[in-house]
Amino acid sequence: MADVTTTEINHSEHAPHVHITPMWIYLTVFFALAVGTVLTVAASRFDLGMWNTPIALVIATIKAVLVILFFMHVIHSPRLTWVVVIASFLWLGVLFVLMFADYLTRAWNIY
Amino acid sequence: MSEVTLGGPPPAPQVEEHHEHHPFLQHHFEDLGQQHEASTLGMWMFLSTEILFFGGVLAAYWIYRVMYPEAWAIGAAQQIWWLGAINTIVLIISSLTMALAVRNAQMGRRMGTVYMLIATLFFGTIFLGVKMYEYTKHWQEGLFPGAAFTFQWPQNPALVPKIELFMTFYWCLTGLHALHMVIGAGLLIWFIWRSWKGHFGPEYYGPVEIMGLYWHFVDIVWIFLFPFLYLIHGAHHG
Repeated sequence: MADVTTTEINHSEHAPHVHITPMWIYLTVFFALAVGTVLTVAASRFDLGMWNTPIALVIATIKAVLVILFFMHVIHSPRLTWVVVIASFLWLGVLFVLMFADYLTRAWNIY
Repeated sequence: MSEVTLGGPPPAPQVEEHHEHHPFLQHHFEDLGQQHEASTLGMWMFLSTEILFFGGVLAAYWIYRVMYPEAWAIGAAQQIWWLGAINTIVLIISSLTMALAVRNAQMGRRMGTVYMLIATLFFGTIFLGVKMYEYTKHWQEGLFPGAAFTFQWPQNPALVPKIELFMTFYWCLTGLHALHMVIGAGLLIWFIWRSWKGHFGPEYYGPVEIMGLYWHFVDIVWIFLFPFLYLIHGAHHG
């Protein structure tokens, strides 16, 4: 009995696993985010026809992924956190895809 | 009554728990590691509702953007794009300082955490200050939807209601975002105080991490709002 209790006490003080991200990763991500902002503005200054919107979206998405992976530490997270993160964006995808599947196929509207 | 006759071992004697619990370990958790994982996961659950919350408004924004591309371009041209760009950079810097606050907490650097949280609050406040300047300007230019909307577009007056619709999205999206920033600033003040008191360290930095998750999420929202509301390329680029 006494042994079991001791083990439980030791176990109960287990600290969280600490992964300290090196400084250069934070600074590199910050630099990439700043460059992404400049690129977004620069790309919007040119008339790229139908490509203006996709380019802005792609840059914003890359920036968001960088923040999520490195600033929000998802890259070192347990699998369960990955599942919740990916599921969130999957549902966001469902929201957009089904909504556009409806509105963009209404031939009686003026697009 | 007959509990003792079940044949199982006698109930364990109540051992006095005199081992030291970490002061912030909640009793329903096995240990600090489990508490940390549970709270981080819970925060991500909350953030997924936030993603869908902003996602709903953005989906409506995109439907109308596809319907009225010209009005959307004119509306975006009413924004001062470089103020939006400066605010984007300011928010990215605040995300960096927030990430460094978490890093300092992980390493047990008490004052480092305090300073980085103060820096985050500082840049967050600058963002809100710039936003207030923009809001004042829009109000004076008659770009607030409803009775106050006096904005004119002589080239094509029929577009005015659609431009008003764009501005409705502008105020709703940036307003919801700014509300999140104000809540975040309030939380930061509380966290600066708690860090200063020495509540956080390598074995207990979860709350700072969660504060960071919230702050970075608000940053991500702005990363999308900036090109959506300030940088729409169109024939009437200002």
